[in-house]
Amino acid sequence: MTESHEQELVQRLRDGDESAFAELIDAYGATMLRVAQMFVRDRASAEEVVQETWLAVINGIERFEGRSSLKTWLFRILTNRAKTRGQRDGRTVPFSSLAGAGEEDEPSVDPDRFLGADSAEPGAWAAPPRAWPQDKILEKETLGVIQMAIEELPDAQREVIRLRDVEGWTPMEVADALEITDGNQRVLLHRARSKVRAALERYLDPDIAGGTA
Amino acid sequence: MSLLTRPLPCQELVELVTAYFDGSLSWTDRRRFRRHIGGCDNCAAYVEQMRLVIKASGRLTEDDIDPAAREELLEAFRGWKDERA
Repeated sequence: MTESHEQELVQRLRDGDESAFAELIDAYGATMLRVAQMFVRDRASAEEVVQETWLAVINGIERFEGRSSLKTWLFRILTNRAKTRGQRDGRTVPFSSLAGAGEEDEPSVDPDRFLGADSAEPGAWAAPPRAWPQDKILEKETLGVIQMAIEELPDAQREVIRLRDVEGWTPMEVADALEITDGNQRVLLHRARSKVRAALERYLDPDIAGGTA
Repeated sequence: MSLLTRPLPCQELVELVTAYFDGSLSWTDRRRFRRHIGGCDNCAAYVEQMRLVIKASGRLTEDDIDPAAREELLEAFRGWKDERA
């Protein structure tokens, strides 16, 4: 959404224009529900949080000063509320384990595909990746493999790759909306992408891909 | 050998790809990364695969809001508007 379009949308919301509200719902509604679900116990709670957020947006739009984007503002309200709600319900948030995200060893590529410490060149490829057929990448079936690989990711990784790569959010928007650090969102994204790459390799080049990541 | 010129093993490079794309590597690491892929076809192929993963993910359809939920929100909007008026 461009800045000028956003300003126009804000003005229309202030004027009580329903089509402006509909546009916002269509742009962010599904994502809001997904993000809320990361923090709360069940879908019904997430729906309530989303509903409350919209109400807060409508009531607060007069005071919105545009110091952040409308999207950032909206997701800040959402995450704040979802977090509070989740804490009240005793839900453990997938992001709360993030402090230790760098500690557990989760290599991007199966270590067996590299030469060992006793070799002439430790850490060099033993079973290197091979170029993929370009024309197959965007085929429907390939996209299905990617979709499936994303579905199977742990919650936090799945949400970050959806926001960053499927929906095209910036690193800062993701860190802001999920209330995690820039470093954390990158670790999650990297793990997610690495696993999707491995799944894609198993599909496109099954001979080479062993039990990668 | 100084730290600056310590070569980057392939196994370490694969952990840095996202940071490289995001432009969040230190100047030194970015240089090591670029130097490595410039001379290593295997890692260049790996980095290309990661780019393709990102590109293809961008082609997936985004979720749409459930029509019933959408209608409910629009209805609520009318209610809020009337209250405010």
